[in-house]
Amino acid sequence: MFKKALIAGLVAGLAASAAQAQAPAQEVKIGVVTFLSGPAASPFGVPARNAAELLVEQFNAGTAPAPYNTKGFGGANARMVLIDEAGSSTAVVTEYRNLVQRDRVDLIVGYISSGNCLAITPVAEELKTVTMLFDCGTPRIFEEGQKNYVFRPVNHATADSVGAALYLKDTKPKVESFAGINQNYAWGQDSWGDFSGAMGQLYPNAKTATSQMPKLFAGQYSAEISALMAAKPDVVHTSFWGGDLEAFILQSVPRGLYKQSTVVLVAGETAMYRLASRIPDGTVIGARGPYGVLAPDTPLNRWFREQFQDRYNVAPNYTAYQMAHALMAAKVGWEKAVAAAGGNKPTSDQLAAALRGITYEGPGGMHRFALNNGHQAVSETAYGRTRLVNGQMTIVDVRRYPAERVMPPDGVKSADWIAGGMKAK
Amino acid sequence: MISQAMVILIDGINYSAWLFLSAVGLTLIYGVMKIVNVAHGSFYALGAYMAATVVGIWVANGYPPYLSYAALLFAAVLGGFVVGPLIERFLLRYQYNKDEVVILLITYALFLVMEDVLKLVWGVDPYFISEPYEYLGLFSIAGMTYPNYYLLMVALALVVGLSLMFVLNRTKFGRMLVSVIHDREVSAAMGIDVSRIFILTFGVGCSLAAIAGAFTAPTISVTPGLGVEVIVLSFAVVVTGGLGSLPGVALAAIIMGIARAFCIHYIPQLELFVIFSVMALVLAFRPRGLFSLAEARKI
Repeated sequence: MFKKALIAGLVAGLAASAAQAQAPAQEVKIGVVTFLSGPAASPFGVPARNAAELLVEQFNAGTAPAPYNTKGFGGANARMVLIDEAGSSTAVVTEYRNLVQRDRVDLIVGYISSGNCLAITPVAEELKTVTMLFDCGTPRIFEEGQKNYVFRPVNHATADSVGAALYLKDTKPKVESFAGINQNYAWGQDSWGDFSGAMGQLYPNAKTATSQMPKLFAGQYSAEISALMAAKPDVVHTSFWGGDLEAFILQSVPRGLYKQSTVVLVAGETAMYRLASRIPDGTVIGARGPYGVLAPDTPLNRWFREQFQDRYNVAPNYTAYQMAHALMAAKVGWEKAVAAAGGNKPTSDQLAAALRGITYEGPGGMHRFALNNGHQAVSETAYGRTRLVNGQMTIVDVRRYPAERVMPPDGVKSADWIAGGMKAK
Repeated sequence: MISQAMVILIDGINYSAWLFLSAVGLTLIYGVMKIVNVAHGSFYALGAYMAATVVGIWVANGYPPYLSYAALLFAAVLGGFVVGPLIERFLLRYQYNKDEVVILLITYALFLVMEDVLKLVWGVDPYFISEPYEYLGLFSIAGMTYPNYYLLMVALALVVGLSLMFVLNRTKFGRMLVSVIHDREVSAAMGIDVSRIFILTFGVGCSLAAIAGAFTAPTISVTPGLGVEVIVLSFAVVVTGGLGSLPGVALAAIIMGIARAFCIHYIPQLELFVIFSVMALVLAFRPRGLFSLAEARKI
């Protein structure tokens, strides 16, 4: 019995190898890594996966609009190898190595967690594999030495925090004190650091009332809400996301926090559809860039929203946009590299060289790989306020800030740029 | 100053009630069965999901909102008292002769399996059932507004704690339970049906975790993975109180809840460490916890 099973297994293995050998040589294998399980799956991971599936299908069919209307990636069929980002950083690094060394992917698009981005960046450099970090916000990726194979096609977290402070300055000139409640890990700490620094520059006399840093996925915020309310700040900043953000909204709205203070939800766009009737009017909402409801009204954006809505019966949130941006940038870079390689499949070095410094358009508008030797993209960012109209959540008073006002110039660390007054180059 | 102290006390008691409800089932199961049930967090999550489903149906059909609390309780007991005993009867019962560490690993495996089963049944999208949380209205004290739902949680914790104390100390079943806690072999020799005690205890312990999850559900977003955080905190409370001790869990929950609220108001930087600092401090002086059960020396 065991012998038979062994032989059957070997035959199946050989057949699979043969099939692999016969696969078209021009196939482009893209590793896509996003949360498919755990608390980050629903708000971030699954919408991002859906966007990836939609775009790869549209690219392969040649049905995406210009400039993405060529078939596949430079004529080659794109194939997605989907991996769950959930698990420890060690497991995520192991999966990364598997993608490169076992699955032999041509490039990798992925990573939501800042911790995972920091963990896989040195491995990507070691394995010389072009990796597009599509969502994670930490500015430290490129501040800790030059990278050759790692790219980020969207702004980092500094743009979200500085954009929020600029929006407040434009819409609420008088702020005497501000407070924050952020998750106690890289994203929450970086967000609060940048926001409080930017507020210090824009409102020199404003005081920090309190800074609450509960554990990630704590879920219970009664005491933190009491502390925020007792401090009576004019502004409350939070970079909460997912279930933590939703729990915070559910627990804080009935207690009157939003009547007392202007609440800024940096990543609020992911919760605004589900909790539309519960988020009070006037709440400041961000989408980590010009994405989701804050995306510019362009033909490409209209196409993307329509396709996504038709296929999944839900509007794309900002992580879906960020994934779309990463894949579009990858396609532009790949096709440029193929042309430079005389129509041949490019090497990692050729692909990285082609991506460096490109400008590309996505549903969130124009993005330019302008920083860190052309590896970090910049774009405008946007914020708005909520208003419930006939039971539907709408965003009003939208203001846009160009990349130069929300991202540091090339070669300058975020903290230094903010401390120096956030001067546009 | 007095009003600030009052706010800290209310925040602390509210969190203590949640900690107690979350942890009490774990200590009951350990006390009677000597099982460190890592799947405890999954039963908490099961209660939350069951509540989301039952209350969702309740609200959608326009049934009286004041009865939704009974629906929460029904959902939790349904989840905990069906799944728990099934697991005890068809899985754990065959493992009691194995080492405690092996049983711990089995419950860990069970936790992983249940997490995936919950995802298969309810998917990855969040559920919201905030109606019971909002329905009771608000109360104001010391210049601060609180939902009356917090009072319900404190009352529930009191009812659960006092009921367990009553059953353990004043009923025949409770005395049999205490007998099994001290020596299961002698109890069996004296005619106590230990298997029956075990299945009931496991069912009650799992139901208590599910009740905690069900009554927390209206205040949170019910999402995959919500049981993970609970299991870590519950272990901290149970170990601090003394494994298997009911008054220990209550006292540990109160100390931790108030210490946490104090830190949030005065030294928020320490919030992350405060619960585990209390645990470390207690264990440094009382390695078996605040109320460790005396163990009879066997010859």
